Amino acid sequence: MKEKIKQYYLFILAAAADIILWYFYPDRGITAVKTAGEYFIEMLLFIPPIFILIGLLDVWVPRKVVENNVGPDSGIKGVLISILAAAAAAGPLYAGFPVAYTLIQKGCRISNAVIFLGTWATIKVPMLMMEIKFMGLDYMLVRLGLTLPAIVITGYVVEYLIGIKQAAASNLDT
Amino acid sequence: MRYVFNVILFLMAGAGLLLSNYKDKQKTKQALKKAYKSFQNILPSLLGIIGLIGLMIALVPKELITQLFGDNSPVGLFIVSVIGSITLLPAFVAFPLASSFLNAGASIAAVSCFITTLLMVGVITAPLEIEYFGKRFTFWRNFISLFLALIIGVLIGRIFE
Repeated sequence: MKEKIKQYYLFILAAAADIILWYFYPDRGITAVKTAGEYFIEMLLFIPPIFILIGLLDVWVPRKVVENNVGPDSGIKGVLISILAAAAAAGPLYAGFPVAYTLIQKGCRISNAVIFLGTWATIKVPMLMMEIKFMGLDYMLVRLGLTLPAIVITGYVVEYLIGIKQAAASNLDT
Repeated sequence: MRYVFNVILFLMAGAGLLLSNYKDKQKTKQALKKAYKSFQNILPSLLGIIGLIGLMIALVPKELITQLFGDNSPVGLFIVSVIGSITLLPAFVAFPLASSFLNAGASIAAVSCFITTLLMVGVITAPLEIEYFGKRFTFWRNFISLFLALIIGVLIGRIFE
């Protein structure tokens, strides 16, 4: 029970703050809860299918396949595959974390996992379509052209700085 | 249009489950168990982060943000980038918002720094990222992304202004 409460500390903190806010500024408190509700629904529209796909990936895709395609010796091919796979993704970045985590555990190189997350966060196709609609094609192309090299650089620099090419993700901090 | 990708995701998951179940019932059960467990593990943090986002959006006055986006000085860009780094907005909210800032007279550089930091740096999701990848990974990934996001934002401003 105590363990459970500890897990939910952030949520309990936010809920307490909501109540205090609502007491002093009722309309703001309501906005806070309403916004959180909208994000919760958004989460439910992405997270369950993504977790099911992660589960299927985990049981059906052998470690060898992940290692060969995005492992430590995958080179340029690994970078390209990481970018293309994440570009096809949909959903907020926090849904990408468990996917990248599963890939690392299956032998994905750290740089490629960071590149995968970077692509997921910034230049996935559904996002680019929104960008064209609201900012224009030129804007999207310029941002894409500048962001792609930045993602690859981030991947290699992070890998260099934490000094591990490939590891079980739980050991990344050691 | 907004939910097209959700529908595709659900269809993919459904088709994957059916195919998997047809090939191997035991493995499918295992996959579902794994999916449920991962979901259960992450739910507390996810709910906490969602609560924080609600608070953040309720607490920061919109007028202040609009005012900030007119400021093209390094200090103005910095403040906008801090807001972008902390905030988490889905793309279908972020881009309409950015375009409304532009229409309200904001500078391209400011709006671009907001977009790049918003997409590349995730302060509010850091607790979740740490749970998966550890502190060092999360710190460096976000720190380097912040640095590059600022460069990209300023460059976009230069190119379009």
